[in-house]
Amino acid sequence: MSHLLEVKNLNVKFALRFGELTAIDGVSFTLDKGEKLGLVGESGAGKSVTGFAIINLISKPGYIADGQVLFDGQQLTTLDEDALRRIRGDRISMIFQDPMMTLNPVLTVGAQMIETLKAHQRLTNRQAREIALETLQKVRIPSPEKRLNQYPHEFSGGMRQRIVIAIALITNPALIIADEPTTALDVTIQAEIMDLLQALCASEKMGLILITHDLGVVSQVTEKIAVMYAGKIVESGPTVDIITTPRHPYTQGLINALPGSRQPGETLSQIPGMMPTLTDIPPGCAFHPRCNFKTLVCEMEVPLLMSRFDRARSVACHIKDN
Amino acid sequence: MENSQNSLLTLENLDKHFDISGGLLDQLAFEGLRLTRKRTIVRAVNGVSLDILPGETLSVVGESGCGKSTLARTIMGLYAPENGAVYYRGARIDRLTARQMLPFRRKMQMIFQDPYASLNPRKTVKAILREPVRFHNRTLTNGQVLERVEAVMEQVGVDPKWADRHPHEFSGGQRQRISIARALMVDPEFIVADEPVSALDVSIQAQILNLMMQAQAERGLTYLFITHDLSVVQHISTRVAVMYLGHLCEVAPAADLFASPFHPYTQALLSAIPKLGARTSNHVKLKGEVPTPIDLPDGCIFHPRCIYAKAVCRKMVPKFREIEPGRRAACFFAGKVGISWLPAQGGLKNL
Repeated sequence: MSHLLEVKNLNVKFALRFGELTAIDGVSFTLDKGEKLGLVGESGAGKSVTGFAIINLISKPGYIADGQVLFDGQQLTTLDEDALRRIRGDRISMIFQDPMMTLNPVLTVGAQMIETLKAHQRLTNRQAREIALETLQKVRIPSPEKRLNQYPHEFSGGMRQRIVIAIALITNPALIIADEPTTALDVTIQAEIMDLLQALCASEKMGLILITHDLGVVSQVTEKIAVMYAGKIVESGPTVDIITTPRHPYTQGLINALPGSRQPGETLSQIPGMMPTLTDIPPGCAFHPRCNFKTLVCEMEVPLLMSRFDRARSVACHIKDN
Repeated sequence: MENSQNSLLTLENLDKHFDISGGLLDQLAFEGLRLTRKRTIVRAVNGVSLDILPGETLSVVGESGCGKSTLARTIMGLYAPENGAVYYRGARIDRLTARQMLPFRRKMQMIFQDPYASLNPRKTVKAILREPVRFHNRTLTNGQVLERVEAVMEQVGVDPKWADRHPHEFSGGQRQRISIARALMVDPEFIVADEPVSALDVSIQAQILNLMMQAQAERGLTYLFITHDLSVVQHISTRVAVMYLGHLCEVAPAADLFASPFHPYTQALLSAIPKLGARTSNHVKLKGEVPTPIDLPDGCIFHPRCIYAKAVCRKMVPKFREIEPGRRAACFFAGKVGISWLPAQGGLKNL
């Protein structure tokens, strides 16, 4: 069976004056219809760049150096701008962190929704408006007729993010890439938005890539997780397995560093040091300077992401029995 | 107040309002046929009474805009309160001049959220750390000050040999260590930390929280910890104060609050925490949106969003009263509603 999205050995580089930086290094994963994948990692791990690379939105000096992105069997990395423009915002939509930055402050919400629709479909204004109204209802915005004529500043943060989701949904995309969609929101609003995204994925059979640093959110929403560190996926597999029995020392460190994993008041377990910057990624396993289990081989050889324990799980680590 | 004699800090009926009505012309409007003048006032903090005990970590939680940062700034004397009083070890400090405030400033320090914005980019770490000591102890020699700088840098885990570097040469986590060092330089008793770990990654966040707990154990510090991250709150707090629209909803020892929250808002807030590994999200859904602090609702301020609201909630303001020893809440039905849904919570990691 073919996947909705298949990313194979994706490499993204940035050509700078003093040389090339590898932001994404050999990232591969698949996503099926209606499936929800969480891309997890700390800032600078390459999660967002991966999201952008899928819809080929890497701008100069960055470029996709190698690899394939197969969406519904179509190769996106080599597609021309025109063809890409027809896919972006239509079949694949993206949701970003800050709804105030993504919405145009001088256009009404309705105008922005209709604009998106008419960019992809031949519709009259009246038809487009009908669809916009329906979509606003779908994301549970009260009194949509009135709201359609309002400007983004008239909405609260949570409502704005609903509008952004509505715009992403309006063309019935097959895939949604959500980059930290609730990081700027309060917990009660976050819970509502996540419920909404989950319900929509189920009813519309959409694929979802959820990019976030919040393991709690990912564990509640997604079926699969890929943990990224310094541009590479270091561990991937079913969400439940990764949360309950993390195998990579970095994933273990991340989960153990959460305040909830210890009794109140106890010292939290911490990962020493910090993520390397792209200019000085250490040789061998990029995580070895912070790893408690490192051996000689970790300092010399890059570990491959290999299927271990069972077929669904992969870990990139030299240590055999972690 | 139950402990006002031996409390470190006492807040009494604190109000902080901001007038945002602008100039006279902005305030004028025609109503019917008459010219009226209308003022717009943001009621950020309303009638907050609270005791902070020596050696405890009191966390103030609430959603953005609930007035938790304003409360912290009012306590620190950065804002003058409209009504009410702040007492530090029994001495009233909210109406003091800058000079009279000096001895208290030494005892009370602040750590901010963004370590990029709160450190002067043009100063070296040494200069940043030296400044508060020099200001408050004019008799110390250069050598003594430098010794102190090195000792504190050592304590917060920043190598003293980097003292001549500038803030931009450090990572976010290191910078937050330097902000903490700056607060510790004058040997304070009380530290207000306004979202000190919200800008940091998980692995760095754990390092900073450990550092803060360690400093507290070594120096017997008292923390007022402002945050919206409830899992952090559960981990570090002795007591928790929940704020909504500038009012206190509930104050309770941390363990009790997380085990059985009394106020419907606290219940909703706690149920919304994403729990690691919990597949279903059975969070309490609140009605509607947070009202603005400009037009506060009549009666209980939470009633428009409360799923248990009765007629009395719309008409009368519930007193902030003691429900159990050491636990107070502002709700007519505190402890009587909505307990059944709550799962037994042994930490957030319900695997």
